[in-house]
Amino acid sequence: MSARATRTAMAVVMALTVAGCGAGDDRATDGSGDGRVTGTVTVFAAASLTESFRRIGEDFEAANPGSAVTLNVAGSSALANQINQGAPADVFASAAPANMATVTEAGNADGTPATFARNQLVIAVPRGNPGGVTGLADLSRPGVKVARCADQVPCGAAARTALDTAGVALTPVTLEQDVRGALAKVKLGEVDAAVVYRSDVRAASADVTAVEFPESARAVNDYPIVALKDAPNPAGARAFVAYVRSEPAQAVLAEAGFQAP
Amino acid sequence: MRQVRDDTARERDDTARERRVTPRRRGRVPAALLIPAGLGLLFLVLPLVGLVIRVPWTTLPQRLTEPGALTALRLSVQTATLATALCLLLGVPLAWVLARVEFPGRRLVRALVTVPLVLPPVVGGVALLLVFGRRGLLGGWLDATFGITLPFTTAGVMLAESFVAMPFLVIAVEGALRAADHRYEEAAATLGASRWTAFTHVTLPLVAPGLAAGAVLCWARALGEFGATITFAGNYPGRTQTMPLAVYLALETDLESAIVLSLVLLVVSVGILVALRDRWMSSA
Repeated sequence: MSARATRTAMAVVMALTVAGCGAGDDRATDGSGDGRVTGTVTVFAAASLTESFRRIGEDFEAANPGSAVTLNVAGSSALANQINQGAPADVFASAAPANMATVTEAGNADGTPATFARNQLVIAVPRGNPGGVTGLADLSRPGVKVARCADQVPCGAAARTALDTAGVALTPVTLEQDVRGALAKVKLGEVDAAVVYRSDVRAASADVTAVEFPESARAVNDYPIVALKDAPNPAGARAFVAYVRSEPAQAVLAEAGFQAP
Repeated sequence: MRQVRDDTARERDDTARERRVTPRRRGRVPAALLIPAGLGLLFLVLPLVGLVIRVPWTTLPQRLTEPGALTALRLSVQTATLATALCLLLGVPLAWVLARVEFPGRRLVRALVTVPLVLPPVVGGVALLLVFGRRGLLGGWLDATFGITLPFTTAGVMLAESFVAMPFLVIAVEGALRAADHRYEEAAATLGASRWTAFTHVTLPLVAPGLAAGAVLCWARALGEFGATITFAGNYPGRTQTMPLAVYLALETDLESAIVLSLVLLVVSVGILVALRDRWMSSA
């Protein structure tokens, strides 16, 4: 019985190994080779890029028949971790150089990252501005509920820099895991203000209005993009990075509220 | 003489063969079941092994004593326990009604009770905001009348956890109630006990093991709750940042921290479940 158990265990391990080897290989041949971009391009993009990269992805697909862009949006740091843990991504677009550095330092980037956009912080308030927020100093007023991103994600780090610069001591009610989480709390009217990017407010302009504040000029985020070393579709990765830096994609980003690099 | 000896010998052989064969035939596990079972076990255990292998043992004590980790752990255990208490308070009567009272639409009510099981917890969190939030159906009134706001508070964490975990309790207790022999309750009634007395003195002791199992399941689900909590209660250390939220945020920057926090959560939950099992559920 114990011999049989051993044999069964070995069979199980072998079956697992075989299954592990088979997965993921089928895409590797797509798009590599003769310069024409086909197959799936998997793009890991910061949450703040959700709408603009969806449009850029569609434009890219139209310009490259036979290609398909798959977007994975999340907080930049979560994405950087996923990439370093071997997630099958082709392109990484980060909301801050720090999270990009996590990937380049681990040796997972193909080439040097290029800055393709910049984004500035604003205060998002629900329609009607119930908290009467007109500037950064109002956020520390008692009774004003504020959401901001956690320090670990780019929008949180930038918000912290801006608040420290302005000398505003803020106790938020929540430290959100990404910028869209903070924005959602404003949309639902659960907080009176959130520190988010200008582009996020533009994307939610039906429910949310932006209050600009001068200190945000000190905390402008550079957005770097890079093709990844272990990209399943290397040609597609390089083509997508080039496309994001091209005129049509830059127009989409500008319309979404991003600044040119 | 010879014939007789042969017969007995054959008989003895037969008996021996049967003895050999029977336990084997009964004990033999078909490969068609054993292999998927082994794969299933590996699938569940391997990720835990992967987690334990990556634990940074050298820096473990230092990471464990970081104040943030202990605060999150304490908050997690507290809120999960309070949530379980709330679930018992509301869920046991609900399970009793579903199991013992005939009413039109009972099947619909039972289906509604299980909805949070299939609802993505994040959606559950948004739904809670739409009801208990500042602009919610009840939340606006609570705020205006009593000055009570639930989002972004520890009470909000408890509420989110209860919403997600209560179905586990209700289903377990209802199952136990249906399996229990209701003639004991009838006997109690013929002896003059009211339905309430029968419930507290006969029914509850009768389903105690099922109740304990349901409560443990409910507690474990509440302890691991993430989506509804971060959506409804937000994330602030010491107030609403439970262990799963701390793990997620640690993951943003520091994989090792996240692994240590996960290990703590794993050890605490397995430890408590084992302890409770020995104490309450040994008969189950």
